[in-house]
Amino acid sequence: MDILITGLLLGGTYALIAFGLNLQYGVARIMNLANGEMLVLGALAAFWLFTAEAISPLLTIFIVAPLSFVGNWLIYRFLLTPLVKRSKTQGQLEVDSILATFGMSFVLVGIMLAFHGEYYTYSYLAESFDIFDETFALNRVVAFCFAVLIGGLLYLWLFKTRTGMAMRAVTVSTESAGLVGINVKKMSALAFALGGAVTTVGGTLISTFMVLDGSVGVLFTMKALIIIIMGGVGDLRGAIVAALILGFVETAVARLVDPGLTLASAYAIFVLVLLFRPQGLFGRKPT
Amino acid sequence: MTDIRWPHVLIGIALFALAAMVPLIADGYWMSIALTIAMFTVLSTSWAIFSGPTHYISLATAAFFGVGSYLVGTGMSDFEMPYWTMVAIAPVVGAILAFLIGLATLRLSGVYFVIFTLGLAEMIRNLVSWIQNNFTGSRGLYVLTELTEVDIYLYLLALAAAVFLFGWWVQRSRLGFAMRIIGNDETVAKHVGINTAFSKVLLFTVTGFVAALVGALIAPRYTYIEPNGVFSPELSFIVVIMALLGGTGRLWGPVVGVIPFALLQEYINANYSNYSTLVMGLAFLLIVYFLPNGVVGRLEQLMNRGKAS
Repeated sequence: MDILITGLLLGGTYALIAFGLNLQYGVARIMNLANGEMLVLGALAAFWLFTAEAISPLLTIFIVAPLSFVGNWLIYRFLLTPLVKRSKTQGQLEVDSILATFGMSFVLVGIMLAFHGEYYTYSYLAESFDIFDETFALNRVVAFCFAVLIGGLLYLWLFKTRTGMAMRAVTVSTESAGLVGINVKKMSALAFALGGAVTTVGGTLISTFMVLDGSVGVLFTMKALIIIIMGGVGDLRGAIVAALILGFVETAVARLVDPGLTLASAYAIFVLVLLFRPQGLFGRKPT
Repeated sequence: MTDIRWPHVLIGIALFALAAMVPLIADGYWMSIALTIAMFTVLSTSWAIFSGPTHYISLATAAFFGVGSYLVGTGMSDFEMPYWTMVAIAPVVGAILAFLIGLATLRLSGVYFVIFTLGLAEMIRNLVSWIQNNFTGSRGLYVLTELTEVDIYLYLLALAAAVFLFGWWVQRSRLGFAMRIIGNDETVAKHVGINTAFSKVLLFTVTGFVAALVGALIAPRYTYIEPNGVFSPELSFIVVIMALLGGTGRLWGPVVGVIPFALLQEYINANYSNYSTLVMGLAFLLIVYFLPNGVVGRLEQLMNRGKAS
């Protein structure tokens, strides 16, 4: 029971991060390997504002979200658009965007390490909270609630508004979306910026209960990617289920075997998915 | 198949002979840099043999390299095996590992492969630390041999020659031709009857073999082997940068990137060690935006333009 709930709490936060990357990869078709660094930036902002200005991480969200939105929009507009224009095939774009985002990820890590090379430790809401007579850290519960709230709002936006519908159309087919009069370029930029903002907010939330440092981003990139592949690219429902599975498995392995093996357990899931369901949990087999 | 271009072969042999004479003039400091260059030459060239034509970016080099070094360390310290036995075992293990990874990921699109290799070194490091903590007990491992840096340098140089010969053979073989078609358009490759998965797995296995062998050969240089050191994910990225910086269009392209970047790394690490990650990032961006075909590709472009006018 303890493992189930902790896993659920962790999985909820993972789902939010995967949501961000899913927007970037599903709509803008950019495999953003600097995603984890966007997350760590959110954590760094939370740490910095909390220790220096005593601003609650929950308020920090409202500061980092617009900043990250603008930052990611600029990245897409000025660094990635030239690559999209240059590439003749989807494969070429994939290779280019992987290398470019690697570059960005290292640049960000380099800057963050120069800025603050230590661990981002601070204590926020480290109180106990009881669910079903078992004790959990309040900060995990709060982070989970916020993740669900933000995820829910995005979901409504994506499924109930015109812009959301246009965005989903681009996920299905970039070319057909353009043919029915959707401004694909604008949608891609919007999705990339929004995805980045969501990831950064996820980082702020995670930093309330996990100790991060400048170089840890790549692990979160890995996890988000595994979740997306397990859920199926562009499939939100699949991503949520996948995030919960990853949260459960990681928590179980950390509790029952060894906390050092969480990445190995994520890999084990990844291998199983690749071998048996490479099209994602709910995806159809390609014909 | 084209004829063998003898002038090129002679230049190659002459360069190798020159490289083999480096230990005669180099002092300790430069010898150590030469050794680093030799190591990255082997790693980058064998990386480019697979990733160059196919455009499948492998980030698994550090994993195989680490497996090679670690096996030598654990074999000698925990099981008292002789060094050369472990050097023989390590690459075979690396090849098997690469083969299994290839089977799981190379049947699918390239993105899955990149993602899988991205965290591989870190994952194996976690597993090795766990095994050490719970079963074998020791934390660091000693590799004590009589070998000097000069010996290791010459071994690596010989290995580099072998890798070059292999790459040259691959380029002229049906396999190399198949790889180039796969890189251009995988669907076409399938339709003309190429067993794409088999060809990719086969070459990837070779790169795993070579990287593990390099890790095993270089282990005596470090004397003391620690999982955190030998499974450093940075190694994979440096290999990719060096190969792409030089250019993967030619067999000798990666070397052109290895030498300047190794010197730059040495300089940065000595003077501004805090900025090495930043430099790696800038190098990636430089390659993507300004040198998509590497230095060699750019030079060839310029020369062709000169001829045309």
